[in-house]
Amino acid sequence: MTIMDNRPSTLTPQEQQWVDDFMDETTLFLGPDPEIMRSHSIAERSAHEELAIAAGVDRLQIERIRKRIAGALDEGYEMCEAQGAAPGAKWGDLTTAIYTAAGDVSYLSCHGVIAFSAILHHPIRYIMKYWKDEPTVGIHEGDGFIHNDARYGNVHNTDQSMIMPIMREGQIIAWVAATIHEGENGACEPGGMPSGSETPFDDGLRMSPFKIVERGELRRDLLTFLQHSVRDPKLQLADLKVKITAVRKIMERVDKVIDEVGVDTFVAALRTTVEDVDLEVRRRIKELPDGTYRMDQFMDSTLKENILIKFACKVTVKGDHMTVDLRGTGPEILNRAINSPLCSVKSMMMQAILAFWWPDLPRSTSAMSCIEIISDEGTWADASYDAPMGQSLQASFRGFSAMQALYSRMSFSTPHKYSNVVANWFNQINTFLWGGITQHGDSVGNLCADLNGMPGGAKPFRDGEDAVSPLFCAMADTAEQEVMEEEVPFMQLVSKRLVRDNMGFGKFTGGMGYEMIVASEGTPQWGFMTVTSGAKFSSIYGMYGGYGCGTYPLSMVKGTNVYEHVRQDPSKFDLSIEKVMNERPFEDGRYSTYHMGLQFDIAKDGELYMISQGAGGGYGDPLERDPHAVVRDAELGRVSQKVAQDIFAVVYDPETFRLDVAGTERARAAARAARLERGTPFAQFCEQFVTPEPPKDLLYYGSWGSETSDITATVFTIDGPERVVAPLEELPIVMVPDRREVKIAQLEARIHELESKHGDVAHRKA
Amino acid sequence: MRVPMTEYLVIDLDTERWVCRVCAHDMGDAHDTYKAGALVYDRDPSEIHQPIIDPERYEYTFSPDPNYCRILEYYCPGCATQIEAEYLPPGHPPTIDMLIDVDALRAQWAERGLDAEQVFTYGPGEDAQKYTAELKAAGLVR
Repeated sequence: MTIMDNRPSTLTPQEQQWVDDFMDETTLFLGPDPEIMRSHSIAERSAHEELAIAAGVDRLQIERIRKRIAGALDEGYEMCEAQGAAPGAKWGDLTTAIYTAAGDVSYLSCHGVIAFSAILHHPIRYIMKYWKDEPTVGIHEGDGFIHNDARYGNVHNTDQSMIMPIMREGQIIAWVAATIHEGENGACEPGGMPSGSETPFDDGLRMSPFKIVERGELRRDLLTFLQHSVRDPKLQLADLKVKITAVRKIMERVDKVIDEVGVDTFVAALRTTVEDVDLEVRRRIKELPDGTYRMDQFMDSTLKENILIKFACKVTVKGDHMTVDLRGTGPEILNRAINSPLCSVKSMMMQAILAFWWPDLPRSTSAMSCIEIISDEGTWADASYDAPMGQSLQASFRGFSAMQALYSRMSFSTPHKYSNVVANWFNQINTFLWGGITQHGDSVGNLCADLNGMPGGAKPFRDGEDAVSPLFCAMADTAEQEVMEEEVPFMQLVSKRLVRDNMGFGKFTGGMGYEMIVASEGTPQWGFMTVTSGAKFSSIYGMYGGYGCGTYPLSMVKGTNVYEHVRQDPSKFDLSIEKVMNERPFEDGRYSTYHMGLQFDIAKDGELYMISQGAGGGYGDPLERDPHAVVRDAELGRVSQKVAQDIFAVVYDPETFRLDVAGTERARAAARAARLERGTPFAQFCEQFVTPEPPKDLLYYGSWGSETSDITATVFTIDGPERVVAPLEELPIVMVPDRREVKIAQLEARIHELESKHGDVAHRKA
Repeated sequence: MRVPMTEYLVIDLDTERWVCRVCAHDMGDAHDTYKAGALVYDRDPSEIHQPIIDPERYEYTFSPDPNYCRILEYYCPGCATQIEAEYLPPGHPPTIDMLIDVDALRAQWAERGLDAEQVFTYGPGEDAQKYTAELKAAGLVR
């Protein structure tokens, strides 16, 4: 062996150049670029932008340009919504936007998913860095790039973008893009958001940004490859055409603006918007009180088994600087779908910022650009390249909730608010995903729009709205179930019936969620799945003494055809989860409950699948709620008498629904006295309550408390589960064993136990 | 001057103390967490989010699992108002959700030259203004 010592520790510039040249010439694979993917900040002014702005900016003219661009983007949005084939498109889960040449969003359509303003600069920067000067690719007028993989910058892999350059004299001066939640993407389960993915290759299409439209022509060979890779080839074609048409329409109108005002003024207008928002955000941060604000969230599921994994978030405000620190968050789980790339988490933080903090700002990349975000790669909220991400919304929506909830604390004292104080929005997409063969013989895979029926959080002066809109899209629709039923072979036997007591209790209550009961019929193959958490640990919390939401089971009745029962006895068509599960009206059925991670499950005719939307967070002490409002809720069946008494301490006559004023005063006085009786001073409480580590049998992932930089995790070794506590970078890879193997092992152990107890000798070969 | 920091708490800049907005009870040093001045109770979450389907027969019932989730209820020791409800795994240290730089807060309001309670609102909109006015009329904010 030759031992080299006296090796130079650094390369000379010449040597470094040789190395760089060598690496450039021999690159094996252009994966996601960390330099692009870790940054959410706006680009530096380009030379063109510098010149254009230096020439003088007429504010009124820029405002007119903005308005016309906004009109064009809204028109493009409406085209996608009206013509899109994907259910997501029909219900508004999409966006259109215009970008600077460097890829910063300058303006987003007024409707649609705001989160995209923090995400699509990644693929555009990638295209500019790797494909612009690549002889085999290049960028020309009429070209269009497609992309879906969140590893290259996306909310999640079910969204597909069409990104086209605006060019003048061979130079890119801007980009226009349309992005739609397409649903089906060829993942291991239908619908594009698999809860069952165990490797990144189960997540479906892995489109890095590539050119699928060349000088105006859609490439049929690539299109065919994409169609061949998904369950719904018609959808893939139809929505590609829709996005191309919408983007071209937007570009047509933008072209007219450019022709009128000139290229430089147009470029200056785009950049000025970006810079204006950046400046304004810094000013608004400065209005907040300096301090640190922290929120820990706990998710109870890998979508295959129950665990408890932490999403930690600490926001520090100092002057005009804000830092968001996600350290303490649990590690990625390398064979489960819950992991999210950091960019997706950031996009949902942006959703909170532009929808709930400062909804008056133009939707620009710069709205979060100056906020420093600290995160270590390798957590479930900052997952590595090798982690599956099929249901990344589990982590990214926690990013939203952290920012939404903490802003109330940060901004409560400020004299000028840009939005109302509001408790947590519900943050799970409690809906059915489905797939199979329709009554028309088509192969499909997608989801119900009920995910858009998320209930809103309470405000300090009014109850939250029931099933109002998803946190990611204020204008999204929950759709007409009857329209759906024309296309798919299942009915919602119960659709949008509110579940009693399903609200965040408080002085003002969070919005209520509804239940959904589905059953398929008349199809050679059909199945359902659900992809959410929150069946053991509430997924959102209340505000200032209000409570969060409850937890939500998946209930099923298998082994019976409910349609047959109802045909024989129509009186049985009176269904609710409560009634079906407690009264068990179908004698031959098997009744069971599960957490909300159901992998694609084959549904026989008439088998019931039942879930519920969640609830918005409550605001303020429930004992301060107007007693008349409680009685009104009871009369409407929104709350039970038990909840009225136990939670709100309201007494009324259940026959007449007349409030017992004196009785309520006594009940509330007693409830307050009981609090003082059972409450313990904080320091003493902590001594009793806090334990040095999580309960022994709890599969816990994340920091235990916020005073430590170590992560607690259970890893599975040859000797079984073992709890480790170590810095993130020293943790072993976390992979969870197959739950069916775990169950078989438990059953085998039980068999051995019973056999030895009863002296039963069984001979089994290994 | 008193600065409203949450629905139920102000920071009194003169005394540098957290103070209950409902009963004016002293809730402790404003440089520290307000939780230090509160009474706390470890609530079984199934008492709040009560089961909708039969817990004797089913594992998942609409109620949080007490082995996974606890609700820490924080009460003002003066008036027993519930000022926070925190969802935590059993035994997890409570989260210190707010630590305010009191000197910076004082400087911020000095620069504004306004009375924090007088100018307080819940944000834009007619209903927000109306409710804020009612609260002020009731003496809960000035």
